[in-house]
Amino acid sequence: MLKKQIGNKQIDVNEEGYLIEFKQWDREVSECIAGECNIVMTERHWEVIEYIQDKHHKEEPLSIRGIKKSGVINIKEFYALFPGGPLKKATMIAGIPKPKSCI
Amino acid sequence: MSTKVKKMLFILSKGTIENAYAAFVMANGARMEGIESEIFFTFFGLEAIQKKKLEHLRVATVGNPAMHMPTMLGGLPGVEALATKMMKREMEKLDMPPIGEFLEILSDSGCKLWGCKLAIDMFHLEEEDLIDELDGILTIGDFYNRADQDGTHLLFI
Repeated sequence: MLKKQIGNKQIDVNEEGYLIEFKQWDREVSECIAGECNIVMTERHWEVIEYIQDKHHKEEPLSIRGIKKSGVINIKEFYALFPGGPLKKATMIAGIPKPKSCI
Repeated sequence: MSTKVKKMLFILSKGTIENAYAAFVMANGARMEGIESEIFFTFFGLEAIQKKKLEHLRVATVGNPAMHMPTMLGGLPGVEALATKMMKREMEKLDMPPIGEFLEILSDSGCKLWGCKLAIDMFHLEEEDLIDELDGILTIGDFYNRADQDGTHLLFI
């Protein structure tokens, strides 16, 4: 476990930079992580972040197929909002673990 | 840490379901990691992009020692269909999309899908026989030219 300075807080993260304790998450933390990924958060980004946090809290696995069926966002827009590995980046910004699935 | 792999080019030459899935999972996995990916469908790999055939790909039960069944048994009527049905059931449990849906996911994810000109001519296929998501028909030389940056890898399946 590592300590990372995010904004004005010390946050516990793993070696890849994913939050360990979701209770340390807030929108400011999200915005800082997004900034490191060169992403500027918009209302549309928050809708997606809320969707994937909700899935995580219901213990439903996240996958790109799930995004396609979500009704919240389609795959093309998902890639456009979170370029360069959308599920990997969106989960990091959402403060939840990186999905382990190969699909 | 960031990977040195920047672009994956796959050549799918076989028409069995396990080979198609291998290519699709790797191509999709690349996109999910921020790596560019493209698939060139040639010879029997073209079965995976033919509208009428793509949902009927099967597992090879003959000449496949990993099936752990006698070759003669694998050749009996219905055995291939049964093995395919069992494999599809297991894949569904893992939330693996069927071939057609997987192609849509790949296309939407920015994975380029190409048909091989020579093989398409050889099998007398027309454009309307092939999926709408196809990005075009290329020669192998055109496909090599897609390897336009450092960190490009080419994989034959």
